[in-house]
Amino acid sequence: MANNTKGRRDFMGMALGGFTALGGIGALYAMKRSWDPLPSVKAAGFTTIDLAPAQDNVLITEKWRGKPIFILKQSKKMMSKVSDETKKRLIEINGAHYMVAVGLCTHLGCIPGYDPTDESFLCACHGGMYDATAEVTKAPPPRGLDIPPFKIEGTKLVLGETGPEYEQMLADGTTMPV
Amino acid sequence: MAHFEKANSIGEWLDQRLAVNTLKRVMQTEYWIPKDINFLWAMGMVLAATFGILLVSGIFLLMYYQPNIDTAFDSVNYTIMSEVGYGWLWRHIHGVGASIVFLIIYIHMFTGIYYGSYKKGRELIWLSGMGLFVAFSAEAFSGYMLPWGQMSYWAGMVITNLFSGGSLHADGLVEWIRGDYVPGQAFLSRFFMLHVLLIPLAIIGLIVLHFGTLRIPHVNNQEGEEFDYKEAAELYKAGKVKESKVIPFSPVFLSKDIFVMGVYFILFFYLVFYHFGFAMDPVNFDPADGLKTPAHIYPEWYFLWSYEILRPFPTDPGLIAFAFAQVIFFMLPFLDRSPNVAPASRRGAFKFWFWAMLIDMIVLTFMGKLPPEGIWSTIGLVAALAFFVLWIALPIITKTEKKL
Ligand code: HEM
Ligand code: FES
Repeated sequence: MANNTKGRRDFMGMALGGFTALGGIGALYAMKRSWDPLPSVKAAGFTTIDLAPAQDNVLITEKWRGKPIFILKQSKKMMSKVSDETKKRLIEINGAHYMVAVGLCTHLGCIPGYDPTDESFLCACHGGMYDATAEVTKAPPPRGLDIPPFKIEGTKLVLGETGPEYEQMLADGTTMPV
Repeated sequence: MAHFEKANSIGEWLDQRLAVNTLKRVMQTEYWIPKDINFLWAMGMVLAATFGILLVSGIFLLMYYQPNIDTAFDSVNYTIMSEVGYGWLWRHIHGVGASIVFLIIYIHMFTGIYYGSYKKGRELIWLSGMGLFVAFSAEAFSGYMLPWGQMSYWAGMVITNLFSGGSLHADGLVEWIRGDYVPGQAFLSRFFMLHVLLIPLAIIGLIVLHFGTLRIPHVNNQEGEEFDYKEAAELYKAGKVKESKVIPFSPVFLSKDIFVMGVYFILFFYLVFYHFGFAMDPVNFDPADGLKTPAHIYPEWYFLWSYEILRPFPTDPGLIAFAFAQVIFFMLPFLDRSPNVAPASRRGAFKFWFWAMLIDMIVLTFMGKLPPEGIWSTIGLVAALAFFVLWIALPIITKTEKKL
């Protein structure tokens, strides 16, 4: 092969390689974005729940972003057992305390079952347990059930919106963003 | 253009244009297989044949399956099972095939471990084999999502949650994988794509690579004997078939493979027609419900051993243990420090290592199926710890192994 064309062939190779690398990076970004949740999925993420009909120690299950949401109104007796620290997990409306949490085990996401006599949740998947405020009492779950972003409007909660009470919970580490 | 003579036969015509005779020689008539091997060496071709069967049955299922969260369940459980002529046959073949392929993979792997077929010169066979194991695992998992039953949904939920990395709390990554907050339409469509296109393509590529890595080192033999293939081949070609240590892959060795495949397929179709139940989880005959977890979530039997390694520990150590178990078999050629290529029975302490590992994985498998309570939890924990102890011990006991 003629040596006098070597430099030009190398240049062609490097130019092609450079543009291919650039295009490759662009394509990877496009692929990543194609796997992202769609805007319509993201936008459908708000649910309003009325807490007024809730009764003491009766678990209500609602649905938000496809996930189960647990609502448990705490009775006077239950509140007497709650420490100041765990009390931060509860939402107070007109003097009543409500546990509101995403009903998916923080271990690997099964739905724990509630036993009203024991006032505790048991996750059948790997045996994790939570008390009535959804604080964890037995491993493997690493923490209590997560609290969904909420905003209080009268006796109603708007899930998916962030109110000052929820921001307070995030700030003091009571829950994690979900 | 190159010069072409007139061809006198179709074979010659093809040979002129495609060099089919050379191809046939390199890959069949002069691809030498040692005589001193047993039926366990047929497992590779049994796997290739089972993959073929999965492909064909899958094509027919694909004609009526609907990757839609509202219709998927009925398209499988009603349309394919009771409307499509012989639809049940494809489904049962596909289900039984997906389960049995793992049994054969495990036998194939442990054969390789027993005879030291992953050592010097054969590392790439082992690594490409492990690549196939991972690809088959992903294929089985994605396929399990498709009927959109309760187990599909909850297995999908639990397994994708593993990617949050415990305390790393990478929920963004989990939602990215799902394309939604929970498994939904986006999730089903993308796993459908993976199951019917991307992963099968990867598997086909890996099989080609796996076969390619075998060609130069040749398969191992029962004694781990290293011999001169050129010399043995010359003897065979000179007509001294008895004295030679080798036979050609095709047609001579292949006929033995085909015999083993014959026995295997009798068993396989017996299962397909009379005992398909083991491959179909009863819980998955309930449609997916995001507000109700089944009482026990457990994976298919072939994932139970690694699931049991995850289960007894708190989240973070559990995830680390699980990740370790998923990749550690890749490291086998490098953790075994002994140069001996020989059956485990002749390798001193390694003999005990081999049987201990096999039994430990069987114990883990059984414990993974039982509820995590009382004595079962304890046995599971001990077996999980034993798994780690064995891997830590491997370099030490093989380092001190006597050279044969
Ligand atoms: C699932 C798809 C697979 C297919 C189609 C396949 C196919 C084959 C074939 C045809 C052979 C030659 C015949 C034999 O020794 O059995 C072979 C050998 C081998 N395979 Fe696989 N295999 C697969 C998976 C694996 C896996 C998961 C491993 C383990 C990591 C593995 C490791 C090996 C080893 C070490 C050998 C060499 C055996 C020897 O030299 O004696 N293969 N494979
Ligand atoms: S998912 Fe609840 S304990 Fe594991």
